[in-house]
Amino acid sequence: MDNTKPVYKYVDSIEFGLLSPKMIENMAKAKIVTPELYDKEGYPVDGGLMDVRLGVIDPGLRCKTDGQKLKESFGHFGYLELARPVVHISFVSVLLDLLRSTCRICGRILIPKEKIKAYMEILDKITLEQGLTERRDKIKMIIADLKTIQTCPYCKAKQQKITIEKPSTYMEEDRRISPIEVRSRLERIPDDDLAVFGINPKVARPEWMVLTVLPIPPVTIRPSITLETGERSEDDLTHKLGDIVRINQRLFENINAGAPEIIIEDLWDLLQYHVTTFFDNEVSQLPPARHRSNQPLKTLATRIKSKEGRIRKNLAGKRTNFSARTVISPDPKIDINEVGVPMVIAMKLTVPERVTEWNMDYLKKFIERGSETYPGSNYVLRPDGKRKRVTNETKEQLLEEIQPGFIVERHLMDGDIALFNRQPSLHRMSMMCHRVKVLPGLTLRLNPAVCEPYNADFDGDEMNLHIPQTEEARAEAEILMQVQTQIISPRYGLSIIACLQDGISGNYLLTREGFKVSRKDAIDLLASSGIEDFDKLPKKEMVTGKEIFSSILPEDFNFEGRSRMFNKNPSDPDSIVKIVNGKLVSGVMDSNNLGAGSGLLLRTLHKKYGADEIVIFIRKINGLGTEVLTKYGFTSKISDIDLGKEARANVNGALDAAENDVVKLIESFKAGTLEPLPGRNLTETLELRILERLNKARNESGKLVEAAASQTSNTMVMVRSGSRGNIINVAQMAACVGQQALRGGRISRGYQRRSLSCFKKDDLGAEARGFIRHGFKAGLKPQEMFFMAMTGRDSLMDTALRTPKSGYLYRRLANALQDLKVEYDFTVRDASKKIVQFSYGEDGLDVSRTEGGKINVKNIIDSVE
Amino acid sequence: MSNDHSDIIKEYIGRLPEALIQEVQDNLPERCGKERLKKIMAKVEEEYISSLAAPGESVGIISAESIGEPGTQMTLNTFHFAGVAEMNVTTGLPRLIEVLDGRKTISTELMTVFLKKPYSEGKDIKRIAESLKELTLNYFLSEIVMNISEGHMKIVLNQEKMDLVGLTATNINDTLKKAVKAYNFKLDKDNTIIVTQSAKDKDIIQLYKLKEKIKTVHIHGIKGIKQILPVKKGGEFLIITAGSNLKEVVALDFVDATRAYTNNIYEVEKIFGIEAARQLIINELMKVIEEQGLNVNIRHIMLVADTMCMSGRVLGINRYGIVKEKPSVLARASFETPITHVINAAMAGESDPLNSIIENVMMNQPIPAGTGLPGLIVRVPKKGKKE
Repeated sequence: MDNTKPVYKYVDSIEFGLLSPKMIENMAKAKIVTPELYDKEGYPVDGGLMDVRLGVIDPGLRCKTDGQKLKESFGHFGYLELARPVVHISFVSVLLDLLRSTCRICGRILIPKEKIKAYMEILDKITLEQGLTERRDKIKMIIADLKTIQTCPYCKAKQQKITIEKPSTYMEEDRRISPIEVRSRLERIPDDDLAVFGINPKVARPEWMVLTVLPIPPVTIRPSITLETGERSEDDLTHKLGDIVRINQRLFENINAGAPEIIIEDLWDLLQYHVTTFFDNEVSQLPPARHRSNQPLKTLATRIKSKEGRIRKNLAGKRTNFSARTVISPDPKIDINEVGVPMVIAMKLTVPERVTEWNMDYLKKFIERGSETYPGSNYVLRPDGKRKRVTNETKEQLLEEIQPGFIVERHLMDGDIALFNRQPSLHRMSMMCHRVKVLPGLTLRLNPAVCEPYNADFDGDEMNLHIPQTEEARAEAEILMQVQTQIISPRYGLSIIACLQDGISGNYLLTREGFKVSRKDAIDLLASSGIEDFDKLPKKEMVTGKEIFSSILPEDFNFEGRSRMFNKNPSDPDSIVKIVNGKLVSGVMDSNNLGAGSGLLLRTLHKKYGADEIVIFIRKINGLGTEVLTKYGFTSKISDIDLGKEARANVNGALDAAENDVVKLIESFKAGTLEPLPGRNLTETLELRILERLNKARNESGKLVEAAASQTSNTMVMVRSGSRGNIINVAQMAACVGQQALRGGRISRGYQRRSLSCFKKDDLGAEARGFIRHGFKAGLKPQEMFFMAMTGRDSLMDTALRTPKSGYLYRRLANALQDLKVEYDFTVRDASKKIVQFSYGEDGLDVSRTEGGKINVKNIIDSVE
Repeated sequence: MSNDHSDIIKEYIGRLPEALIQEVQDNLPERCGKERLKKIMAKVEEEYISSLAAPGESVGIISAESIGEPGTQMTLNTFHFAGVAEMNVTTGLPRLIEVLDGRKTISTELMTVFLKKPYSEGKDIKRIAESLKELTLNYFLSEIVMNISEGHMKIVLNQEKMDLVGLTATNINDTLKKAVKAYNFKLDKDNTIIVTQSAKDKDIIQLYKLKEKIKTVHIHGIKGIKQILPVKKGGEFLIITAGSNLKEVVALDFVDATRAYTNNIYEVEKIFGIEAARQLIINELMKVIEEQGLNVNIRHIMLVADTMCMSGRVLGINRYGIVKEKPSVLARASFETPITHVINAAMAGESDPLNSIIENVMMNQPIPAGTGLPGLIVRVPKKGKKE
């Protein structure tokens, strides 16, 4: 394709209509007369289905219509004259409605003339709101109401009841109406009456829905493939068309020979069957046409329909070149807006660069290096559109030829623009623009801070990389899609790219009260995390962690927020995070301020200093955090979840008490003294009360564990800082896993009247219904393990069922909302310019430009002196 | 509150959203100089304008993403761990789908009935709650005796249960008469009603059918209210009901009609109109999302609700609702059942003006949104007249 010439034509609109028999004949370039495809030499037969006038699919042949070669000729339609008319399957229901609502003699609609006008308005409204099918239903209702169904109001002819014998036979009383008769009746319907049905007679006369000629699609849309054996394998459509032509021919012969009516009718029905399956092979009540291997043929409707059909696969979805895919792995040392590309990939993917007077020497070097040394080039495009591969042999010639106007496709280099993507691409942050960093190794590398938006981890995930090929695409990618422009999620207006895991734990340890190191060590720490500006570090012997952290904050930054501590103990000095003039005065850094989806500190920094600064800040802060951990060591160990003697006794006490209460509840239930809850019966009440009691016990044990757990253990540091895990996880390991819930209640099924065979029948006790009182560390009893396996399976099922459900919901949402956009007058409108909202979200604010969905008025007031 | 500066603030009415102005006023320090206020307001306006959604922004897709993406993280489990004092409600993904589908019948209907004083303080709460509950004949029955030889049926009522709601056998007899025509009901002594067929046809099979049918005849309470749960919330007594019948509940004199709440969107649309339905959609969606501990800005939810309610009726987000309303043939065809859409378009001779996104993707043309929206006007020199 020539991409040097400007586009000079746009499709403005598409009109839909039916093909009239005349039009079919006129647009056809060949009349098909024989079912044969090729002659003895393998050359397409004239008047056959592979006629060269319909286009070519063989190299070397030329299309007889336009004289063009393979891949140049688009192909042309042919036509087949049908011996007898057949009904087009897609219009069967429309024709039935038309036959029923019009006079069998004069063809007029069965509504008196003077009443039509009054109904038109109602009908037009129905079409607008509901559609054509509903309009026809309404007409039928009107006619039924008018009681004109018996006699025509125009010619007073008696009407008969018309039914349909599926799939495509019309019956009048008990007599069959042949398609010929159907057609002649339809012909009688006047244009004006058709308008009542919502049919535009200019583009769609109803008699055209009964086919007398069949358009034969071009060969190019049904190419045959040559097997390795040299045998030809025809496309499904060609097969089907062959059937049609063959039957059609036999029908012709029989008619001419004056065969008995029964034979002709049988052949006619067969023709109807083949034409029907040619259009749609999935008609209900009709056996689909099959291959010899018994798999159904893919005919026209199957080609268009469904996810794998033309519309969704090829029209709404596109494929691309210049892309790569491989396993990803983390690299905290590259920037968050960089992507590490393996050398092998960098030498395959190319960037086209146009030769000008000024870069000629620069680009020549790429050709000189060839395609096997990096950075070289793979192809050279000449202005005439010829593409030449750069090899050791062609190198010399290309170097001589090259002049302004040529395009050199050079290897990918550091700083090039690339789009990086991980499926499922659920939001716009699933595809972001990164800068290429060519690295040794064989995996794509990314900074772990961008895992969150991609929802990636490194357990074998693969990701895709695309290289934009035009200046326009590159500019758009860079300005609109680069990582720093995507930091604030449009879903909630907070940072989605933020610190994670070690980055949070490290900063938590660093900024906690009591972290104190010598200035030397502090500088060492900063330097090894890539920070070289030590000016802000106080010049004294010992510095605190807060001071070290402050040294990466800008001098004029003020912030006040809360740490996770605030919810538990607002009076704790660490609970209020206060930054005055770039100094962390109080408070500890945790996931509330640094984490994704909550990082208020990051959001404020972003607002004040902009996207480019925040990228550097996130890198620094993450680096500092991880460096603290590498320097001082950080391991989660089994003894972290050890409980002291006293604590264990407390936990056991709490669990024993709960189990006792459950026993008591069951006793009172059996004695009939249990008070039912309003709106519940006794059994439900018992279940609810037991569940409530056992959950309380689990929570109690959680609290006991939290109180007893060592404040300094690394496991607890992770929990407290919010970097990973929560207290329930710890409690489940240390003390008690808790009640296993299945289908909204305790586990009650499995065996007859008991959950597992080791229990007595009808045992309602805690243990027999899935309460796991041991912790993971102590180990589960066998029956507990089985209970856990049950809920584990249930949750697996839940995930497996949820994914397609939510996927479909998402597709529907996206399809319904895709056209809504903000107009220049700030209203939100759909594609037909109907107003959906007068102001987006009632105030016109773009969520990704707000702070958590709001304008931070407090900050503004504080910032103005 | 520094009221003396009201003129400065007044200037901004109409230029800034009311809520924003209010927020500024609420957050102003005790003493705030005139100059400072001016500066603050100028800065707020600057901030507001720079935070506006840019023309061409595809807010629809962003909203779809913002709801679709967290949808993958929701649980299918409809279970409610809150425990005792709660009704079992559908939540999570199934509820989200239900609301967005715009379904007319929902899986768990729920009403919150607020009461007027003094009932909201707990007066007669139990009795009031019970009076709401739908009771069918089945509830009042002691037994039904079939007399096959005579071809009639004897309904024996339970006095105790009737007393509980203050009904007599006469009341029930009258209700039955109204509900079931074609049969004769006669009140006998001892709370017995005798049902006889009209003289001609003594069809015992019909009578058996009637026996089952008559059990479901609504006698007392409000139709559709299947369960009641009086609770105390925020210092006042209210009634939560399973099943919903807004129209009749609102008409009750002890009910605070202004606050009565149901989760049935279709019902609200019928009674209070489209704006109320829109608000309910927003509330219900937000509730689901918040319950799951997810964070989605309300603007996205509002856009979805507005789209659903745009036509004046609540339309579901499916091929029978919003997608059907789209003017473009190809946009409809690209969603579901493409063939039907194309066939209908052909008959009506429809024309697709190619002004939505998907058709332009199909045509390989710039899309009318975002950077595809603006065009450049360039003066092209006439041919043959270079410079």
